[in-house]
Amino acid sequence: MSILVDKNTRVICQGFTGKQGTFHSQQALDYGTKLVGGVTPERGGATHLGLPVFNTVDEAVKNTGATATVIYVPPFFAADAILEAVDAGIELIVCITEGIPTLQMLRVKAAMQGTKSLLIGANCPGIITPDECKIGIMPASIHQAGVIGIVSRSGTLTYESVHQTTQQGLGQSTCVGIGGDPIRGMNFIDVLSRFEADPKTKGIVMVGEIGGSDEEAAAEYIKTHVTKPVVAYIAGQTAPTGKRMGHAGAIVTGGKGTAESKMNALKVAGVEVVNALTDIGVAMQRCL
Amino acid sequence: MNIHEYQAKQLFQNYAIPIPEGHVATTAIEAEKIVQELTHESWVVKAQIHAGGRGKVGGVKVAQTPEDVFTFTHELLGTRLVTKQTDCNGLPIDSVLIEKTYPIKRELYLSLLVERSMERLVFVASAAGGMEIETVAHEMPEQIITVTIHHATGLQASHCRKIAYALKLERAQHSQLETIMRGMVELFLAKDASQIEINPLIETESGELIALDAKINFDDNALALHPDIFALRDVRQEEAKENEAQQFGLNYIALDGNIGCMVNGAGLAMATMDLVKSKGGFPANFLDVGGGTNVEKVCEAFKLILADGAVKAVLVNIFGGIVKCDVIAQGILAAMAQIEVNIPVVVRLEGTNAEQGRALLTNTNFKLYAANDLNHAAEQVVAFAEAAE
Repeated sequence: MSILVDKNTRVICQGFTGKQGTFHSQQALDYGTKLVGGVTPERGGATHLGLPVFNTVDEAVKNTGATATVIYVPPFFAADAILEAVDAGIELIVCITEGIPTLQMLRVKAAMQGTKSLLIGANCPGIITPDECKIGIMPASIHQAGVIGIVSRSGTLTYESVHQTTQQGLGQSTCVGIGGDPIRGMNFIDVLSRFEADPKTKGIVMVGEIGGSDEEAAAEYIKTHVTKPVVAYIAGQTAPTGKRMGHAGAIVTGGKGTAESKMNALKVAGVEVVNALTDIGVAMQRCL
Repeated sequence: MNIHEYQAKQLFQNYAIPIPEGHVATTAIEAEKIVQELTHESWVVKAQIHAGGRGKVGGVKVAQTPEDVFTFTHELLGTRLVTKQTDCNGLPIDSVLIEKTYPIKRELYLSLLVERSMERLVFVASAAGGMEIETVAHEMPEQIITVTIHHATGLQASHCRKIAYALKLERAQHSQLETIMRGMVELFLAKDASQIEINPLIETESGELIALDAKINFDDNALALHPDIFALRDVRQEEAKENEAQQFGLNYIALDGNIGCMVNGAGLAMATMDLVKSKGGFPANFLDVGGGTNVEKVCEAFKLILADGAVKAVLVNIFGGIVKCDVIAQGILAAMAQIEVNIPVVVRLEGTNAEQGRALLTNTNFKLYAANDLNHAAEQVVAFAEAAE
């Protein structure tokens, strides 16, 4: 078992024939992901990487039976791409694109309410169930099938967590990078609830960062809904206030969204909070 | 992106939000001309910088005579203003805004921003204007009123009524407030703002509502859609090094310490700073070299770090994903050869081809230390920095 994706998940790629789409689709195919086609307007009917190209997501879904899509289109086209996937009834939409305007994401999120589609991202590394399905830009080699569920706002910190849990011999059930933008698809709670329900997941690593209040909300949720051990790390403990540290979401303003507030909330919820990034794997091992 | 108060007020005017009568001046002569046309008994001269807290440090002056306007303008222009929102160097005053003064009955607060957890636009209002809203929220939270606006339906009359009654406005002022709120929403949506703040929004003795101050931030991700807004950018108000870094796709923020950091990924860069601090060291910067790192980027990153004279040692922390570690190692070697690096550089490489990368970095002629463990790397770089001080 795993969450959201497994070896049977049929995936298409939007922005399939572009540079990013091509590179990462090849990587996904090499990993064994059941990639069944792609979408690039005006390129319908062509074959790319040995797979069919369609003009629209709707056509792609009807012809391939895809239930998941990964989006590599440029930022100003990404909102449209997400909505096209929603309209086509895609269940899981993974948007890798970085730099989508916040107001566009607000409209997308409002339009998604009441639909059956789930969105991961944007501005995220994607999702992987090791040895089964890789959707996104994460390096395949560091993963190992196992029992730890990982959810993170940061790409490279997801990789660190993966690496450490692999080194500890624990491996990962599924890893979800939820992305660094202020307005995003799935949040910590959406992923935590699925890890809690997944029999294969024995422990959870949660990586947050400064800005917003999603970690505090996750802490509240964990207190009452999560029985599995959770290890958390919050990046940006020493970041100066008022500065945007790379991610659009990572900014501390007016004492809100500080690492301290997040770490305290998580501790109160019974989460094992580590101060150093390097302690994630060891702490997870200890908590199991 | 931030813009100046006078630019924000010009935008306000386009959206029917009332502002004080006034003009911007970049010389004292211009100021003299402005004041002649702006007939009034007194004026205010406001230094235009991208930071708040100007009033407390002499950046906002009330002039009783045209001569005062000239003198204040002359005194302010060409200097740097240090407020509690700037660093110790302050920001350059290249222009001043000269406005008529208004008899103030009350100072109110009104802002519009994106509320992340609700995923809606939200108005924040308060009768306690003129002070920082964070302080109001902390000390008298009951004074804060919020209304959220749904994307599908937009601003409703009831939203405006809620704020109008809470601010105890006269019935005749309700439509004034509605005009202001409507203008703010239209401006926000049309130009992809991330925050519009009016503090204070004044009520004059005669009952008029006027935006006495104006602050607008824009969503950087949307700037390419709005060339008119991008044209308002004032790079002199921004960190020169941060801008330089941006041109090479690097995300750089200067800090006060002596350990230079070069990391891929914003999260890992923050985490590396945290780790250095926990080992007793002081990071000199935040630097995210991004995903698609190449030799040129690594070179530029080294140049940026070393331009800071305080840096005594450098920590390079790369988790190779799609970017292979041996490629990064080659980049580091090329950079060290191109620019003279005389201080110790500790490199931690992990991920794809880490072994090959580390092998390339051992036995070189540089002060290079390849670590395979992040903890060890952080301890090592802190020790080097301490030894050099």
